[in-house]
Amino acid sequence: MGSRVLLVEDEVNIFEALNFLLTRDGWEVSGHANGSTALEEIARCRPDILVLDMMLPGRSGLDILRDLRALAEWKDLPVLMLTAKGQSKDRDQALALGANAYLTKPFSNTEVVETLRNLAGSAHPAAS
Amino acid sequence: MSAKPKAPTRQALTGSRIRERRMSLGLKQSDLAGAVEISASYLNLIEHNKRRIGGKLLLDLARALKVEPARLTEGMDATLSDMLKAAANDGARSFGPKPETARIDELAGRFPGWTGLIAEQRKRIAALEAAVEGLQDRMGHDPVLAGAMHEVLSTVAAIRSTSDILVAEPDLDANWRGRFHRNLHEEAERLSTSATALLAHFEGLGRQKGGVQTPQELIEAGFDAVGHHFPQIETGGAGAIPDVLDSMEMLTDLGARDLAEARLRLYADDAQRLPLAPFLEMAAEHDFDPQPLLPMAGGDVALVLRRLANLPAGGAEAVPEFGLAVCDAAGALVFRRRINAFSIPRFGPGCALWPLYHAFSRPMVPEAANLEVPEGGLFRAWAVSQPTRSAGFGTAPVVEATMLVRALEDGQAPDQSPVPVGPGCQLCPRETCPARRAGSVLT
Repeated sequence: MGSRVLLVEDEVNIFEALNFLLTRDGWEVSGHANGSTALEEIARCRPDILVLDMMLPGRSGLDILRDLRALAEWKDLPVLMLTAKGQSKDRDQALALGANAYLTKPFSNTEVVETLRNLAGSAHPAAS
Repeated sequence: MSAKPKAPTRQALTGSRIRERRMSLGLKQSDLAGAVEISASYLNLIEHNKRRIGGKLLLDLARALKVEPARLTEGMDATLSDMLKAAANDGARSFGPKPETARIDELAGRFPGWTGLIAEQRKRIAALEAAVEGLQDRMGHDPVLAGAMHEVLSTVAAIRSTSDILVAEPDLDANWRGRFHRNLHEEAERLSTSATALLAHFEGLGRQKGGVQTPQELIEAGFDAVGHHFPQIETGGAGAIPDVLDSMEMLTDLGARDLAEARLRLYADDAQRLPLAPFLEMAAEHDFDPQPLLPMAGGDVALVLRRLANLPAGGAEAVPEFGLAVCDAAGALVFRRRINAFSIPRFGPGCALWPLYHAFSRPMVPEAANLEVPEGGLFRAWAVSQPTRSAGFGTAPVVEATMLVRALEDGQAPDQSPVPVGPGCQLCPRETCPARRAGSVLT
């Protein structure tokens, strides 16, 4: 079984493209589209890495990240934030709350794959 | 060190204005001298500012030159003069010599049409700059715009990722290829819709801003159009406000309409507390001096100052022209009634030496002072700072300062030495002013 990545993203076609891309890269991909139940899904799915959209229905990615980092169990989970807001204050806020990396939409597929490989380190499927 | 030559005062330039006007009409010196029954050599002395004139000769010259006498003695109004000076000093210039700011009076005398055009364009540029600033601020905090931009960027992200896959995977399974083609089509449709919505939102913003003016300017234009007097509200009270608002066609911005309504409610309240007829009668009896009128208002100084500024012009009582400036405790001018010779800036703060600002140091204590503007004009000013509403326990009061200004008539000696003031540092030529906090564009 490969390493698990959870994509919390409400845009169906972005999810479908990333799902294809990361599956090809060896990841076991799960998806979730609702911000208000994202923490429960993380607890259930127990991913090795989390890709978290900033703007989600129900709850923002920043709020989810804040609560996630308050839980000892998830304080070291690598998190890649995705957002359509290119403003530096959003990036700074995400990094201050404990995001490990940040990509602004529209990103390139290569950027996503490379960033996840760097964040995962030994957890990346190709490393095992 | 040599002393800097003193620039001629506005009044000292009467002769220059007579000369400029005569030349613009194509009159010979001897023709004009003959028309007013003086010698050509005496007119020559007058035109070179070597003889001061007044009385009948001034009136005769003004009549012969087909202008108002005040145009010869005072030149253009201070606001126009300030706008021309600001226009001359705006930004970096890429060609031509520096504008001759010392000869603005001459320019206005010889080419009044061009002068008005320059001032109008300067006003328009300043208004456009303010509108751009307002739009930038609005764009940064507009939730509709933020949502629309998120939609567009998300759609572009989906299109980019999907098309990258289609290009990078030439041997893609037919099922996946079909799904990605459908996804691309969906996202293209969505992008078309969201881009159209975004454009419509921008167009809506443009219409709401009404082109070039800030809400405060729109309100002041509405008040200026009726001389700051609303007979409907004087007789009908607050119930007349909706009709008055509907009649102010310039209030194209919803924010401006709300602000105007608040200002008119204050007017209605003032009119109810100090009804027009007895107030006007008492004011006329005391030559429109605020002091004897205070008992009528129960000591509410700001109320008296506002009511004087709202009196109707043109009646038998000969109400003088009043200027009014109101600023909040942060120093921002929130309402203005301008008069010609006393310049109140359109944007930014006024002069720190105005009693308007000094009043904040002694709340509830009325202040009165004589003021001298850089061009030499004398004014009487009354000011007070007081809460706009009662404060509750633990609630900070909202304080505003109000200043009423009136020109001192020719020959009327001030009862105390005038304070040298200006229109605000940027447009003030007083280089050594102790209150200067910013450089002047005039130096």
